[in-house]
Amino acid sequence: MMRLSEIFRADGFLRKVFAMMLKEVLQLRRDRITLATMISIPLMQLIMFGYAINTTPRDLPTAVLLQENSDVGRSIIAALKNTKYFAIKYQAKTPYEFDHLLASGKVLFGVEIPANFERGVRRGDKPALLVAADATDPVAAGSALAALSGIVQTALVHDLGIPDAGTPAFEVRTHARYNPAGKTELNIVPGLLGTILTMTMLIFTSLSVTRESERGTMESLLSMPITPLEIMLGKITPYVGIGIMQAALIVGAGVLMFHVPIVGNFFLLAVLTTLFIATNLSLGFTFSTLAENQLQAVQMSMMSFLPSMLLSGFLFPYAGMPLWAQYLGEIFPLTHFIRIVRAVMLKGSTLADLQFDTAMLVLLMLIAMGIAVTRFRRTLD
Amino acid sequence: MQNGPDIVIDVEGLTKSFNGRTVVRDLSMQVKRGMIYGFLGPNGSGKTTTIRMLCGLLTPDSGHGTCLGFDIITESDKIKRRVGYMTQRFSLYEDLSVRENLEFIARIYGVQNPANAARETIERIGLRGREEQIAGALSGGWKQRLSLGACTLPDPQLLLLDEPTAGVDPKARREFWSEIHSLAAEGLTVLVSTHYMDEAERCHEIAYIAFGEILARGTVEEVVSHSGLTTYNVSGDDLFPLQTKLEHTQGIDMVAPFGNSLHVSGRDAKELESSIKPFRSDKKYKWEKSEPSLEDVFIDLMKRSKDNFQ
Repeated sequence: MMRLSEIFRADGFLRKVFAMMLKEVLQLRRDRITLATMISIPLMQLIMFGYAINTTPRDLPTAVLLQENSDVGRSIIAALKNTKYFAIKYQAKTPYEFDHLLASGKVLFGVEIPANFERGVRRGDKPALLVAADATDPVAAGSALAALSGIVQTALVHDLGIPDAGTPAFEVRTHARYNPAGKTELNIVPGLLGTILTMTMLIFTSLSVTRESERGTMESLLSMPITPLEIMLGKITPYVGIGIMQAALIVGAGVLMFHVPIVGNFFLLAVLTTLFIATNLSLGFTFSTLAENQLQAVQMSMMSFLPSMLLSGFLFPYAGMPLWAQYLGEIFPLTHFIRIVRAVMLKGSTLADLQFDTAMLVLLMLIAMGIAVTRFRRTLD
Repeated sequence: MQNGPDIVIDVEGLTKSFNGRTVVRDLSMQVKRGMIYGFLGPNGSGKTTTIRMLCGLLTPDSGHGTCLGFDIITESDKIKRRVGYMTQRFSLYEDLSVRENLEFIARIYGVQNPANAARETIERIGLRGREEQIAGALSGGWKQRLSLGACTLPDPQLLLLDEPTAGVDPKARREFWSEIHSLAAEGLTVLVSTHYMDEAERCHEIAYIAFGEILARGTVEEVVSHSGLTTYNVSGDDLFPLQTKLEHTQGIDMVAPFGNSLHVSGRDAKELESSIKPFRSDKKYKWEKSEPSLEDVFIDLMKRSKDNFQ
């Protein structure tokens, strides 16, 4: 058996290792994008995990529906705000509006103070304060709901004329809407649909143009009478079919294996999923026109996939993120699709509830296509 | 005119530089219809760049002109539809079969019946029986035939062939050239770049390009006779010491070994005569006045042009 020292001395071992090393470093130095990825991925992760992600989110958007205008009601609302878990964003005027706010995902909680609530409190009837929580994401709703029990004790201590019977003056009746059992898989499976589609669709198309340039077929293609728009649509469309198949597989498994309901309109779900697939394919195609080779294209896809997974609300509650992170999250198609797919599958939301997110997907797709078509090099200049 | 103008390529003052390095400089050329026009020059002389400018793959920095009567800068779409461009490197899809590649091209160019067009092309280029073979698995010679078939399939009026025979064996090269001649006989114009001198002699007209400029043009005979070069053929044994001596003699511009003989050339006939006089007395060698070969002419042109640049 050769000893280690012999291996080192044998036949210029170290010299050859060094030659190889030097070559790798030289190549790496020329590959700016790889270098940029090496630095930006850890930084991005640190910032997102450190600052943006919060598993016990505070300041969750909340709507109130006041069926009566009373001091007691105002005290309770103030107490809710004081917990720091609830941020009152909307004053619903009708029960219909109240439901719409929840269904569209604009708020995670709805607090309803029913009519004759104050009178009930003063008479010691222990009336019920109705709290509806959007439980599609059990993690986001959980800690806030836990904080609710605290306010029952303290909300009204300063209000005069409330009989102090040693027991709470009212009760809180929570209703975990859309996912009463608080099952996490109901949240995860629709989210996974978006995540998996993002990853596969981005990679598919991001390789498509760079592959042509790397293999040398681009030169032929460019000398043919075909326009960038024609090339783009021709390259994207087949993958729409693959995306739809993939989506059907995930939704099918979700329904059969994890018993995830499809409460809303199946057709609406199919149409919006197709839109989302097309948006991701366009984005991937845009990367493809920007990257110089296939490795760069994959790196670009990863650079967009990572933050979109972290900031979209798939893994961590969107509402719990600081404002800057929420704004950043809006630029990713996944953020909008996660809202759409959870809303349609679990809440039975309609297109009217999802106008904003649908419009955003269309907008992002058009922006990506616009960049791709203008960036696509029609010549070899 | 049914087949377009009689001057197929007519460009003037084409200039192109990459990163501050001028690759093509003030290039003008005219190619008549039905002509096989040879584009010769060393590596990096600007042949490929010129061809790419002609078919709209590159935009010239300055200069203008027409290809098939269409402006090369503003009407490249129309040019692309009527030009077959065969790239230097195999640029069909290596993971598609012969038939699939040809059908793809037929569809892009809007050929009526793509399957039929592909079948006819396969027949014409002699790839029958290999229709379903993956293009990447073909040998160099077959790849080249397929490429030629692909760029002639849409029935172009002009073929731009960029070093089509690089790395192809002599038999395949000869078949290739006879195909080119039969295409030209049908009225197709062909611009073909090459380094091979024997291929230059198969062209109706040639242009020699080096350092981005055309240094000579015309028929092969014209180019040789305009070179002003006087050449002697020296034969005998043990030529190498003579070669070394001649290379360092004033008045001799070029000494090149050809098998068992040397080509000794000079630009000034009188000067050459007087320079070789002392050597001619050596009876070991036999001196004969001969025509300079095309290669002699080109190497000399290149040297002269290099002298001008430095």
